[in-house]
Amino acid sequence: MYLKKLVLAVQKSAQDYLKTVYNLSKNGEAVNNTDIAQKLNVTPASVTEMLKKLADEKYIKYSPYHGSTLTEKGLKEAQKITRKHRLLESFLSNVLRIGNDKVHQEACQMEHALSDEAEESLCRLLKHPDTCPDDGKTIPACDLPFSNCEECIQLHQKGLEQVGKRDKNLISIRELKSGSSGNISFIRGEHKVLQRLLDMGLTPGTKIQIIKIAPIDGPVEVAVRGSKIALGQDIACNVFIEIDDKKKQG
Amino acid sequence: MAQQNSTAVNPKDKTVTGNTIEKGKQFTFALAGNANVGKSVIFNQLTGSNQIIGNWPGKTVDRAEGTLSFEGNEIKIIDLPGIYSFSTFSMEEIVSRDYIALEKPDAVINVVDASVLERNLFFTLQLLEMNVPLVLVLNQIDVAKSKGMLIDKNKLSALLGVTVVFATATRGEGIYDAIREAVKVANNKPKCKQLKYHKDLEEQIEKVQHIIEKENLNLEYPSRWVTIKLLEGDIEITKLVAEKTKTVIAQLKLVSTEYEKSKQEKCFSIIASERYALASSTVAASLQQEEISRSITDKIDWFATHRVYGYITAAAVIGGLLLWTFFIGNTLSGLISEGLSTIYSVAPELSTSASILGIIFNGFWGGIDAGLTLIIPFVIPFYLLLALIEDSGLLTRVAFMMDSAMHRIGLHGKALIPIILGYGCSVPAIHSCKIMETRRERLLAAFAITFAPCSARTVVLFGMVGLFVGIQWALLLYVVNLAIIFIMGRVAMKAVPGKTTGLIMEMSSFKRPSIKIALKQTWTRTKSIIYIVFPIYIVGSALIQVLYVYDILTPISNALYPLTVTWLGLPAFAGVLLLLGTVRKELIILGATAVLGTTNLLTGFTSVQLIVMALVAMLYIPCVSAMATLGKEFGWKTATVISLANIGTALIVGGLTYQLLNLFI
Repeated sequence: MYLKKLVLAVQKSAQDYLKTVYNLSKNGEAVNNTDIAQKLNVTPASVTEMLKKLADEKYIKYSPYHGSTLTEKGLKEAQKITRKHRLLESFLSNVLRIGNDKVHQEACQMEHALSDEAEESLCRLLKHPDTCPDDGKTIPACDLPFSNCEECIQLHQKGLEQVGKRDKNLISIRELKSGSSGNISFIRGEHKVLQRLLDMGLTPGTKIQIIKIAPIDGPVEVAVRGSKIALGQDIACNVFIEIDDKKKQG
Repeated sequence: MAQQNSTAVNPKDKTVTGNTIEKGKQFTFALAGNANVGKSVIFNQLTGSNQIIGNWPGKTVDRAEGTLSFEGNEIKIIDLPGIYSFSTFSMEEIVSRDYIALEKPDAVINVVDASVLERNLFFTLQLLEMNVPLVLVLNQIDVAKSKGMLIDKNKLSALLGVTVVFATATRGEGIYDAIREAVKVANNKPKCKQLKYHKDLEEQIEKVQHIIEKENLNLEYPSRWVTIKLLEGDIEITKLVAEKTKTVIAQLKLVSTEYEKSKQEKCFSIIASERYALASSTVAASLQQEEISRSITDKIDWFATHRVYGYITAAAVIGGLLLWTFFIGNTLSGLISEGLSTIYSVAPELSTSASILGIIFNGFWGGIDAGLTLIIPFVIPFYLLLALIEDSGLLTRVAFMMDSAMHRIGLHGKALIPIILGYGCSVPAIHSCKIMETRRERLLAAFAITFAPCSARTVVLFGMVGLFVGIQWALLLYVVNLAIIFIMGRVAMKAVPGKTTGLIMEMSSFKRPSIKIALKQTWTRTKSIIYIVFPIYIVGSALIQVLYVYDILTPISNALYPLTVTWLGLPAFAGVLLLLGTVRKELIILGATAVLGTTNLLTGFTSVQLIVMALVAMLYIPCVSAMATLGKEFGWKTATVISLANIGTALIVGGLTYQLLNLFI
C-alpha cells in the first residue's frame, strides 16, 4: 500500500516536471534548471536529480549546461497533462464558476487523477475549448486520430475506444516561430470556421508555412497553396500540424 | 503563352448605351470569383459604372448591374460578390449561388487571380459542378509573371474543358477577349466537361445521384451538383430536397455514414480535399514556376508588417491620412474662399426690410460658398489618398497589425477598414461593414463609425476650433475623439452579447497603385456626396436665412436652454445649431455664421464654448443620411438606440469638458 502511494507520488511529480519544461520552453528551446526550480519551488539539487531520472526514462534530453528539452515521448506526456490541466481549468471556471485565481491550484490537484476517458468527455461537454480561462494559453489537441471535432462528435464513447490513438505529436501553429512549416492534421472548433478554413485551402495534409506573426498576440500570416492568409490568434490556436522531427533537430 | 492583348474594338461598340441595336442578341453575363481578384475593375471598364475598387476583399457586397453593347450584342453584366466557396455561410455566397443556379445567366465569367491559381480553381471547380456555361479569365497575369509563374493557357483549357483568357484588367488588357469568348459560349452552349474526383468519392456520388434521378425531383439545380451538396451536408439544399421527399435523405444518410466510417473522415472534409487535390494537380500540370529573387513588393510587405516599423506604418497611414486632409483642406479652403469672395460676398446682415428673394438668394449663395469651401477641399484630398492606399494593399497590412487592438473593442482587424472609411463619410462606411462576418460585428463596427470624425465633422472641428482657437486644440480633440471611439467600442462590446469571431483575411499582394483607378474612385465617391450634400446645403442655407430673418428660431433655442446653456455652457442659439446639424454637421457652422451675421465666430462664442460646441457636434448624433443607412442596415430600433447612445455620450463628454476647461482656463 505504502509502496503504491510512493510510486503514484513519483509519477505525479514527474508529470509536473514535464509540464513545467513544456510550459517554460518556447519554440522547443532548452529550459534551464534554475527556472524549473523556481517554478516548482524546489531546490536546484532535487531538480537535477529528477531531470536525470527523466532523461534515463527517455522523456527528456538533459545536458547540465544547456538544460532540458522534451523528447517525442516526453512531449506526448507533457501535452497530455497540460491538456488535462487546462481543460479542468476551463471546467472549473466556465461551468462551476470558480474564480480564476483559484482554478490553477485546483486543476493542479485534479489533473493527475483525470482519466483519458473523462478528459474526452470533458472536452465534448465544454464544446472543444481552445484556450484556458486564466492565462489564455492554447489547450493542446487530443491524441485521437481525427482531423476535426465533428468526427469525434458523431462517435459514442464505445466508438472512441475503437479508433485508437494518434502516434504523432501535434502542435498548434500559434506556438510556432515564423519560417517553420508542417502538414495540417487537425482543425479544432465549430463547423463554420472549419468550413471556411477548408474553403481557403487548409485541408488535412496540406503544407502550411508560418510567414510572420504580428506582435502583441496579433494574427499569424501563413502561406497555403500559394496564397497568403492572416489568421487571428483565436483561429491559429485551433490549427494543428504534425511536428516535423528533422526540422526540430535541425 | 504570350499575353493576349485586347484587340481593337470599334470604339462605338465599347460605349455604354441604353438604345437597342437592331440585329444582335441580348445576353446576360455574370462575373464571379474569389474576393479581390479584379471583378470590379473589369465590371467598371466594361460598363463604365462606378463600382468601388480597392485592394481589400469584400467591396462588392450586393450585386451590381451594368450594360454594354459589344459587336452588335447588348450585354447585361452582373458583378457578383467575391466568395471562396458555395457553402451557405454568408449572404454573399447564397446571393451568388442562387443567382447562378436559378436565374441562369447566358455565361459565367469566372475571374481568377492568376498568381493564386490553385486556391482560385477551388471555386472554378464548384462552378463546373454546377454545369454552367463558363469562361475562365486569368486576371493579374502580370503579377503572376512577376512572381515567376508561367501558365500554359492551352493545357489549362484542355484540362478544365473551358476557354481560358489571360487578362490584366487594370490596364484593360484581355477584357474584351473575355466578352468575345463569353458570347461564343452563350451562342454555342458547349457541354461542360464532367470533371471526376477520386474513384471512391465518385462511386458515392453515382449512388446518390442515381437515387435522386430515380425520384425525379424536378429541382432547379443540376443533379450532380445537388448530390455533392447533399453529401457535404449543405443545410439549404438538404432542406429543399427534404421538402420533396424524405426517402432520398434517409438513403443518403446510409450512403454517407458508411462512407464516412470507411474513410474515418467527414464527407464535407473529403469533398473539400478532393476539390483541392484536383485543383492542385491541374495547376501542377499547367504551371511552371521559375525562381525569382525577392521583389521590391516583398520588401515593402516586410516593412509594413514588421514588429516596429509595422506600427509606424499603421500610425503613418491613419495619422497621415488625417493630417493630409486637415492641412491640404485648410490651404485649399482658404484659396477657394478668397476666389469666391471676389465674385460675390455673402451679405452678413439682412433684415426683414430686404426682399424675400434677396434673403433666399443670399442663403443660396451662402450654401454654394460653404459647399465649395468646406466639402471639396476636405473630401477630395481624403478620398484621393485613401484610394491610393486602398489600391496598394496597404490597408490589409494595417488591419493585420491592428488586429489585437481591435479585439479589445470586440472586433477583428478587418473592421479597421470600414472605420477608416468612416473618416471620409459614414454612409459608405456603414455599408462596407458587410465585410464583417456576423451581425454583432457589423453592428459594433457601425457603432464605432458613428463616432468617427467624418469629413463633415472635420470641417466643423476645423472651422470652429482650428480657425479660432488654435490648430493644436483641433488636433487634441481628434485624439480625444479616438479615445472616445475606443471607450464606447468597449462599452458596446460588453452591451452586445456574443463572441468575437477570429480574423481570416487574405493578404492580397502589394502593388503599385494606379493613379487612373484612384482618380476614378475619388470622383465616384465625391460625386455621390456632391449630389446628396450640395442640394441639402443650398436649400438648408436658404432656409436658415429665412428662419433667422423672420425670427422663428428663438422658441427652439429657449426649449433647449437647460441642456445647451445650463449644462454645456453654450450660447442660447446653440440649440438651433444642434438641430440644424442633424441634417448635415456642416450646417452648424453655416447656421452660426447666419445667426451671428459674420464669419468670425469669436463674436458669439468664447474659446471654451467653441471647443465644447465642436466636441458635441462631433459626437451627438449621426447626420440624417447616416441614420437612414443605419436604419436600413440594422432596423429602426437599433438606429434609434445608436442615436440615443450618441446623444448621451455627447452630453456627458461635452458637459464634463465644459466643467474641466472652466477649471483651467
